[in-house]
Amino acid sequence: MLDSITINQRAGRRRQLNTGMGKYSGPWTDEHRLHLLRRCLFGVNQEHKNMLREMSMDEMVDMLLIPAPDPSVPVNDYNSDDLVDPEIPFGEPWVESKNRDIAAITSARIISLKSWMVKNFMDQSVSLHEKMIFFWHNHLATQSWEVFWPHLTYNHIKILRKHAFGNFKDLVREITLDPHMLIYLNGALNRNSAPDENYARELQELFCVGKGDEAAFTESDVQEAARVLTGHSIDWEDGGSYLYRPYWHDEGDKQFSAFYGNRVIKGGSGDQGAAELDELLDMIFSNAEVSRFLVRKLYRFFVYSEIDDVTESMVIEPLAQEFIDNDYEIEPVLRRLFTSEHFFDQANMGAMIKTPLDFLVGFWKSTGVKMPEGATVSNEFEIRTSMLWTMSNQGLEVLDPPNVSGFPAYHQFPQYDKSWITTNTITNRASVTDAFVYWGFWSENLLTTVDLLDHINSFASAEDPIKLVDDLVLYHLAYPVSEDVKNRMLLILLSGQISPHYWTDAWIDYSKDPTNQMKRNTVEIRAKVLFQFLFQLAEFQLS
Amino acid sequence: MKRRQFVRHATRTAILPALFNGTGMAAFARSPLFQALGYNQVDTDKVLVLIYLGGGNDGLNTVVPVDQYDILQKARPDVVLPEDVLLNLDGVDDVRFHPSLGGFRDLYDDGNRAVIQNVGYPDQNFSHFRSTDIWMTGADSEEVLATGWLGRYLDTEYPNYPQDYPNSNAPDPLAIEIGYNLSVAFQGPVTGMGMVVGDPDWFYQLVEEADDVAPDTKAGDKLNYIRLVARQSQVYGEVIKNAASKVTQQQPYPDTGLGQQLKIIARLIAGGLKTRLYMVSINGFDTHDSQVMAGDHTMGEHADLLQTLGDAVNAFTRDLKSLDIEDRVVGATVSEFGRRIISNASLGTDHGAAAPMFVFGKSVLGGVYGSNPQLPANPTVQDNLEMEFDFRSVYASLLQSWFCADTSVLQQTLNNDYNIIPFIDPAVCGTSTSIAQHNFDHEPWIQHYPNPVRDQVTIRFRWGDQAVQIQLVNAAGQMIAQIAQGKFGGDTQQTYWNASHLVPGLYYLTYRSGQIRQTSTMVKL
Repeated sequence: MLDSITINQRAGRRRQLNTGMGKYSGPWTDEHRLHLLRRCLFGVNQEHKNMLREMSMDEMVDMLLIPAPDPSVPVNDYNSDDLVDPEIPFGEPWVESKNRDIAAITSARIISLKSWMVKNFMDQSVSLHEKMIFFWHNHLATQSWEVFWPHLTYNHIKILRKHAFGNFKDLVREITLDPHMLIYLNGALNRNSAPDENYARELQELFCVGKGDEAAFTESDVQEAARVLTGHSIDWEDGGSYLYRPYWHDEGDKQFSAFYGNRVIKGGSGDQGAAELDELLDMIFSNAEVSRFLVRKLYRFFVYSEIDDVTESMVIEPLAQEFIDNDYEIEPVLRRLFTSEHFFDQANMGAMIKTPLDFLVGFWKSTGVKMPEGATVSNEFEIRTSMLWTMSNQGLEVLDPPNVSGFPAYHQFPQYDKSWITTNTITNRASVTDAFVYWGFWSENLLTTVDLLDHINSFASAEDPIKLVDDLVLYHLAYPVSEDVKNRMLLILLSGQISPHYWTDAWIDYSKDPTNQMKRNTVEIRAKVLFQFLFQLAEFQLS
Repeated sequence: MKRRQFVRHATRTAILPALFNGTGMAAFARSPLFQALGYNQVDTDKVLVLIYLGGGNDGLNTVVPVDQYDILQKARPDVVLPEDVLLNLDGVDDVRFHPSLGGFRDLYDDGNRAVIQNVGYPDQNFSHFRSTDIWMTGADSEEVLATGWLGRYLDTEYPNYPQDYPNSNAPDPLAIEIGYNLSVAFQGPVTGMGMVVGDPDWFYQLVEEADDVAPDTKAGDKLNYIRLVARQSQVYGEVIKNAASKVTQQQPYPDTGLGQQLKIIARLIAGGLKTRLYMVSINGFDTHDSQVMAGDHTMGEHADLLQTLGDAVNAFTRDLKSLDIEDRVVGATVSEFGRRIISNASLGTDHGAAAPMFVFGKSVLGGVYGSNPQLPANPTVQDNLEMEFDFRSVYASLLQSWFCADTSVLQQTLNNDYNIIPFIDPAVCGTSTSIAQHNFDHEPWIQHYPNPVRDQVTIRFRWGDQAVQIQLVNAAGQMIAQIAQGKFGGDTQQTYWNASHLVPGLYYLTYRSGQIRQTSTMVKL
């Protein structure tokens, strides 16, 4: 069995990929398993990797597509000396509270929710669930600071979780009536006297149909859709709960363009008016462009940032057909994608840049960082909040993409995922991993550390520096490095000497007497330099 | 010199294109005439500092139209400022400043601050992010642009960024934003054209990586990009640190975020960075509620923000003067929109439309440009302030009159022609009329007589292959009339226009045809 592919097989001119949606039947190695896990999870840890070692591709994909159990509800973990929630006691869930009278408390709850999202990402099982929630969060983007009503943001996330790999059309229907979205894109104020086109536009342009060559809906389709949606509002006095206001509904007929087959949606009053929404969605989803649009979005998220003509015909088209054949069920499309020749094409491995989530949460998991011993609820909140702001400084504040288009990495031509890397973020990423390696990760009151020796010990090859370097490269880098770079890593472990025994002896000495500070230092000094180097490699930024 | 740069400088003189006939451009670039004109290098000595007032600043409580004070009292009782505390401006009767803008007012009275009234764009979008994107990218209301207006401008000056940078001609960052993220304003066609700086005394040294060239694969392309950015972070980081280290003495600044950010900028400019564009932000202007304090409308969030702004800019101006770089810097405020005329019971105001902008600097011709907003007699929730100047007119004026950009650069940056508002000292770039004083045996493209004018004015103009557009513009940059438009037969054209109804004052006749742009000054008696 081929356990790692050498760099030579990946080198050479960029070739036209000719792999499509046929089922992958090539070698099934650690490299392939890690590729699948990196793209489906926020980083891979050793236990997952080892646990899945005996699984086939189908078994692994089956496992990834099993929904994860619901996480525990976010609680008041934000009370502090300076801020006490007068309504919800410390440790109690706040998500039932519709209150937002005190801005400082509302803000604290939003941060609590974001920190809870980070927790879910960190604690994820081997399930695609959390990453799909992030996919939908980016695709149906909203901003929690704009809405500023945290229980609505929580409910919004619950909808994304519920439909994460369920039915796309059901998801869009529920999101259309979701108070968080109704506030965010002004649907709540959309009324017959002055229809607001904001949601009607994004429903088509950003959520369902897109702006591709064949997405030929018109301005008048936007206006007519806005008229259909009039009346779907919220009750501002009742925590922003959904409220249909029939007297706000435009009861006239709505005429759509040739793109929608010149369809007329008959205007109605009362419940009949509210039901026009289903006709609207039936009309939109009857257009094949919807399927292509979402499949392209999935491709950009899971496989590669750009789509050329060959990919369009060999990957997007068959997947889009699969999507239509399954009435917009998402799971069969994902299963097909993750078991395809194209997904496991060597050229797609390591071809995406890690998001700040993949980078930081991934680092945390892959090096086996644990919460400091005895950390309290408040401590854990601080640590996750600190991670949140670290990622925010790297361009990703979860629950607050820059705008309704989501994060630029998934739509901004020509940069796409390169937009995660700027002169500021590249050094910021290095400063975070360096800090971890040399002292730890600071939050308000405490330091979280990584035990690098423990991490080395998790590899069977720990005492063999040549094999250890190979294993570290395979495990931590989605793209292989040259023999030169591996030699440089080896030289670090051997302090410039040639004989591998220097490391082996030092490691065995340490293993026999791990509490001996001097023996520990001998290996730790070298390990730190090695890991600093490894985590600063450009290859470490790839997924 | 890069060919594109040459063309830029050649075309800005308006007359030079005629010299191209039969002359190789490269040869011309080396000629003594060209050198004598001083167009042999990109001007890098001028700096523009943008201050983003995040959230949408309430213009009506910042620059108060006191001629309509009774309407303000009626329409916005929850936030209106007492009339007697407003700050007077020298020589202006009906415009007053918020009482917290004392630092600003002093600068105004020194003649170094311009107020541009009622800046906005047609078909106002009331969403923060969308309207911010419109301002930062320079887009129309319904248009989505993937690049920023400053990114496009820099791309005309510094093509192929980031591939060939830094280099000996452009050793420094092209643009700097103080903070965490790079504004979309700096997004160029390939990448963000600016550098984000937190602390200029600190730059993060990376482990030196072998200069591998990755294979031409999908992943290899990303690797090359990551390595390029990493190298740039090191080179530019060092450059910034070196510049900062040269400046050890500065005037005092207030201890506010904005004050400290402007302090860094003054330091970097004085330290010798050739960076042209800087951006800083101050957030919190989205004052739906608590804009003012109940019982005392001169206090509250908005008053604090304006105090912060005025004091920081005042300190910055004093520091620039003491560092002897005041000639090199112009600053301007931008904000995504103004706020609604009527107030909320929650002591705030909702999203609105047009609002005033401030422009400051030694080269700014101080004054109020434009007129007070015209409030409806009984404003309702639907009523908003009409725009008088397109925000891109302000951008165009900064590019043309401060960076001396020519029409092709303006066209590439803003995708359209916008009127120039004359708030920058014309001596900075030399007025277009001064070009005629060069010893070229060409008559001007546009002339008029008599001057001054009482009633009928005769306008003579020449035309080339391209359509001609002649507009009459007032001293504030507003278009008064379209005089001529289209293609014309014959070498010279003559047209007449009745100026008898014009208000006495200074006007400009602007002539545009292809790359050629000229202005003729007209005085109405």
